[in-house]
Amino acid sequence: MECQEEKPIIYTMENKPIVTCAGDQGLFMSLYTSLAQQLPREPMEWRRTYGRAPKMIHLEANFVQFKEELLPKEGNKALLTFPFLHIYWTDCCDTEVYKTSVKEDMLRWQNSLRLHGSADWVIIVVETNDTKKKNKTNILPRASIVDKIRSDFCNKQNDRCVVLSDPLKDSTRSQESWNSLLLKLRTLLLMSFTKNLGRFEDDMRTLREKRTQPGWSFCEYFMVQEELAFVFEMLQQFEDALVQYDELDALFTQYVLNFGAGDTANWLGSFCAPVRSWNGLLLRRPIDMEKRDGIQRGEASLLDLRSYLFSRQCTLLIFLLRPWEVTQRALELLHNCVQELRLLEVSVLEGSLDCWVFLSCLEVLHRIEGCCDQAQLAANCSHTVGLWAYATDKLKSLGELCGLVSEKGPTSEDLNRTVDLLAGLGDERPETVHSLQSPYKKLKEALSSVEAFERHYLELSHAAMEMYRAIGRLRSARLVGKSLAEFYMRKGDPERAESFLQEALKSYVSEGWSLPVTHTRKQIAECQKLLSRTEDYLQTSALLAGDLNLTSEERKHFCQEILTFAAKAGEDSHKVTLSMAVFAQLTRLQFHPATASVHSGADLRVVLTLRCLMPLSVRIQQVAASIHFDVDRGGTRGRSKGAQRPTNPGTVEFTHSSSSAGPPSSSSVGPSLELDEIHDRSPSDNTLNSAGVVCKNTHLLLRRHDSNTPPDTPNCVSPPAVAMKEGAQMLKVQDVTLEPGNNNVIFTAPSEQPGTYTLRQLCATVGQVQFVLPHIYPSVQYEVYSQEPQLTVEPLSEPLLAGLPQKVKFTLLTGHYTVKKGVALQLSNTDTMPILPSTSCTAHIRDPAAELVGESVLSIQSSEKVTSISLPPTPPYHTLEFQLEVLCIIPSGSDRPANERLTNGEVRHRPRSYSHPDTPMTAIDQRMSIDCPWSIYSTLLALTFYIPFKTKHSLLSAGNRKYIQVCVQNVSDVNFMLAEVKLTEKQHPSLELLSLNTKTQQPLCSKHSVFCLWEVRWKDDLPSCLQCVFSATFSPLNQDISAFKPFHYQFNLERVTTLYSVRAEILPPAGEQHCRSGFLCGLEVSVTRLSEPAEGELAEETDTDGLKTTKLMYEVADSSSNWAVCGKSSGIVSMPLRANATHKVQIEVMPLFAGHLPFPKIKVLKYLPHTAAVAIQPDPDSCVENDSLSLLDKTLDDQADTASIRSRGSVHSVGSGDQQQKGVAMPRLEAFSPGQVFNNSHARQVLVLPATDDHIVEVNAT
Amino acid sequence: MAVCIAVIAKENYPLYIRSVPTQNELKFHYTVHTSLDVVEEKISAVGKSLGDQRELYLGLLYPTEDYKVYGYVTNSKVKFVIVVDSSNTSLRDNEIRSMFRKLHNSFTDVMCNPFHNPGDPIQSKAFDGIVSGMMTQTG
Repeated sequence: MECQEEKPIIYTMENKPIVTCAGDQGLFMSLYTSLAQQLPREPMEWRRTYGRAPKMIHLEANFVQFKEELLPKEGNKALLTFPFLHIYWTDCCDTEVYKTSVKEDMLRWQNSLRLHGSADWVIIVVETNDTKKKNKTNILPRASIVDKIRSDFCNKQNDRCVVLSDPLKDSTRSQESWNSLLLKLRTLLLMSFTKNLGRFEDDMRTLREKRTQPGWSFCEYFMVQEELAFVFEMLQQFEDALVQYDELDALFTQYVLNFGAGDTANWLGSFCAPVRSWNGLLLRRPIDMEKRDGIQRGEASLLDLRSYLFSRQCTLLIFLLRPWEVTQRALELLHNCVQELRLLEVSVLEGSLDCWVFLSCLEVLHRIEGCCDQAQLAANCSHTVGLWAYATDKLKSLGELCGLVSEKGPTSEDLNRTVDLLAGLGDERPETVHSLQSPYKKLKEALSSVEAFERHYLELSHAAMEMYRAIGRLRSARLVGKSLAEFYMRKGDPERAESFLQEALKSYVSEGWSLPVTHTRKQIAECQKLLSRTEDYLQTSALLAGDLNLTSEERKHFCQEILTFAAKAGEDSHKVTLSMAVFAQLTRLQFHPATASVHSGADLRVVLTLRCLMPLSVRIQQVAASIHFDVDRGGTRGRSKGAQRPTNPGTVEFTHSSSSAGPPSSSSVGPSLELDEIHDRSPSDNTLNSAGVVCKNTHLLLRRHDSNTPPDTPNCVSPPAVAMKEGAQMLKVQDVTLEPGNNNVIFTAPSEQPGTYTLRQLCATVGQVQFVLPHIYPSVQYEVYSQEPQLTVEPLSEPLLAGLPQKVKFTLLTGHYTVKKGVALQLSNTDTMPILPSTSCTAHIRDPAAELVGESVLSIQSSEKVTSISLPPTPPYHTLEFQLEVLCIIPSGSDRPANERLTNGEVRHRPRSYSHPDTPMTAIDQRMSIDCPWSIYSTLLALTFYIPFKTKHSLLSAGNRKYIQVCVQNVSDVNFMLAEVKLTEKQHPSLELLSLNTKTQQPLCSKHSVFCLWEVRWKDDLPSCLQCVFSATFSPLNQDISAFKPFHYQFNLERVTTLYSVRAEILPPAGEQHCRSGFLCGLEVSVTRLSEPAEGELAEETDTDGLKTTKLMYEVADSSSNWAVCGKSSGIVSMPLRANATHKVQIEVMPLFAGHLPFPKIKVLKYLPHTAAVAIQPDPDSCVENDSLSLLDKTLDDQADTASIRSRGSVHSVGSGDQQQKGVAMPRLEAFSPGQVFNNSHARQVLVLPATDDHIVEVNAT
Repeated sequence: MAVCIAVIAKENYPLYIRSVPTQNELKFHYTVHTSLDVVEEKISAVGKSLGDQRELYLGLLYPTEDYKVYGYVTNSKVKFVIVVDSSNTSLRDNEIRSMFRKLHNSFTDVMCNPFHNPGDPIQSKAFDGIVSGMMTQTG
């Protein structure tokens, strides 16, 4: 055991179960040593009653000589002195001797045992060889002494007599006999234990059950149960021994609790006596006999009993190698005792318990230190630190009680108290008299003088703090530190106090415990005031003045502290700079105008909303915001940029963590994320490559978090040093009174120079004190711009229609230019887009906020070349708006106007018409050239007009008669009325165009068309070429006649005269009335020349008859698969150049279906043989025709081919294009103009009957 | 019964703290704050042995002369601390446990409120009622 190096009175350790020895003492003495040695050598299993677990125990025994006095008397409960086994030793080998003396002695022994009811005995007969030898004469071993003894004493209990053979010899026989003896002894001892302890326990229980009876005494019972504990301890069953004490502890506790509940036990009276001695626990003795005696006498106080109990428990726990349980139990005990004394209403001298607790704590700690090495102690700080802290606490309160903490030292009253307290400590115990550092000495010394107290107190405090730190209980360490700080404050040492307080404050702030924060901060303020650290004190005061945990009086006090300082006449010019965050919060900033973008020199106001945290209204001499100025390059970014800002720039809301009372989460989170979407699009086709989110303020979020708190929290322990940067420009307001709560401060922002102004810092000056907000975040900017005048022209309505008067809006942004009276715009006139004079043209003048500030009538003067518009006087940065009516003249077809020249001599670009992709209308870009007074350059502006109509014409023929059709389609979205439709021919006055149109006026709705038709009449000769002009007037529907505007369309018709008439007949097969499907029938095509040859018409050949002929090619082309052409489908005929010359061609065709079938189409083309082709330059159209023709040529050459059926003229072009030789020798085909060939049988039909035996019905579903 | 009941966020700032003798409020704040040391110690000890992860009750955190401080930690590391007067000897471990369970249930209700922003101090009448019940109820 660790405690064996100490030499207290080891009472228990020397206790061993008593075994008495009777009989031959000399014999016993000779065997004693080996017996005492060998008995504990081997463990025995001890089976227990009441279901307790069996244990292996090593038995030891205290062998004493048998005396009758040793036998317990009736009622004696002592167990320690109880003889558990009685041994009778004999080595008698002589029957005679046995009979004469030994037997009698044994009988006496037996009788006295029986008298005391002890049945635990054994007779040991020692046999040696010598005795045996002597006995040789003796007969059978059966009749040996042993047998005699057995028969005399051990009737039925043969095991009560044991033979030990040759004990002093070293032989196997001797060893065996020893072993069996020891085994027997152990067994018997255990049996005795079981029996006697069982009996004892039963008695004890009975006693305990009587506890409700009036005469029962706890102290008596205590002694009884402790006896049992002693026995267990004696048997080294410390666990069981501890259980006995714990039971006693619990029983006592229960009585005290019951007392508290009103159930008083008489015997408790002695424990309620006033506490007279408080000398603490004594743990250095295994048994404190002094206290034990007191208990036994029933004189012990509660503290005595508790102390004794604990000292016993402590001893056993240390035996059990559980020192850490001691410390834990000690703390519980001390707390418990204090509570119990309170509960029992025991009168105690003030401070005496503190002494007791203090001494006890130190005693326990000393005890533990005594049995553990330094490393173990260090590793188990967590178990001891509680005691250290408790002792520190108690010493502190003692010091306070005895006036040792105050600056002045103890008063006489304090001294008296100290003397009383010391008296209760009594004398120092003998165990510690010689040790230098006993708890007793410590306490005495500490209470003796202020200096000694300080030394001891600091020592303890630091020890406790260090231990707390070592085990990571920082909060506890800081609490001890705080209490230390309080001590220093009382000692008048604020400097040391502050560092502890600051450390504690840091932890409370970082974890957001507002009440401790406020309290600690108040203490710090006190320190700082004492240390006259003005700046820090003011800062702390500001924090406290805004602290809602304080009463309004306290807040006002701290606020007044600041104001008083601020009001002091500053002999030195040094100003104290404090963080604004504790004084007032910037919650909102508003710009007027809200765009935060003004032209230079304009009025811009900034409204700051400050939430003042002070409890009083504070008069501020000056509020200033410093500005950083950036010159924009060019300085004319103007409004467009302001509009692009993502959020409304007019108002900036500043978010703050609510206040010091709130959780730190909001402040520890820091600035919120500012995210932007990004889209990465491919530059070629605008498809999305990737999309993502970017954080714009990573620099704020990804800051390294230092161990100190972020500086922008209002809770910060020591606000960061703020420096006011002197900017070149400032927003300033003088003499503002800030009321508690929200205040608006209005600044007029400087706006002389164009550029970007960024608000950087905010500073409020109160006398000597400046409150500075070092950064305004998010950053706030406003822009001042300077702008060039700008003129734009835009249509009032979309789209602008050509041909009708349209309104366009002129907008002039004056920018920095002032429009003076008489300034005019000069518009160059153009023929294609005249400006329509209007009587009342009003100009509106608007200010930058788009408010109407003036109206005036414009004067417009038009000369031949220019239109001059006089502008009304307009201030800079205003908008001037007016409207003009213009008309864009629709260009009429292929009219080729002569070159025109503009006023400035430039050759005018013809407005080019083109088709616009967004609309079916044809667009015309019309340019305007405007000379502005502020620029030497002309402003060129373009307007796009759209032609509302699409016009088409066609020539129709009926034999020789000719008709002209004009179709006007309205492609705009407007409905029109069309009137005065007219067609004229320019070159041939004799020609008569007979209108077949009945209506004079026709509505022409959007997306609809109007068709007009004229018959052409002529007298002598029809000219082959006609130049026609279609003209009409139009206006939007439901408008006055005067609003009608002209519309012209010119077109040319060529080759008007009908040259040939083609007639086709279908002839049924011979003998049939009608054609039948599947049967061949004849197709007769007759081509008749209708007119005499004209002058230009060339004859290719001359007939044998001398007639001039021309070659035509015909082709039967059935496009609808109704007919199968059998044989040749095309051929060439020679037509005489003579009127009424007719050529007939017979072709066999077969109808493929029954029904009314349309005639197959017959095409007639001009055939130009190769000789003639040279002369005529082939035009692209005919070249296309060539492709199909070349094949036809082949078929002409190859007559064998004629039998093949070629349906619907489909052309098998076998690479004809490749084979074609572009050259002179190729004959060509040329199509006739639409009017030149008239087809008589166009759209004719013929009835075809089904084939008679046609039983297959063909269904053609397409 | 209880003299102080506190709910402490995962980040160790108080979500709710109420104590019965209001003049001692500050002292209880200090006590509860200091008890976090032991809570953290116990949590980390529990973390090592994965077996009894589910045990939320931390038991007696530390006794003082006048008070006993008990701890409880939810799975989301929100801590409950109940301070009981030491002279109140009738309170057994089981009763403390059941108080914690009641507190936890009520806390869960508060968290389930869609209008409650987790991390904000608790300002629920129902929760207040439960706490008041635990503070006044005797035995």
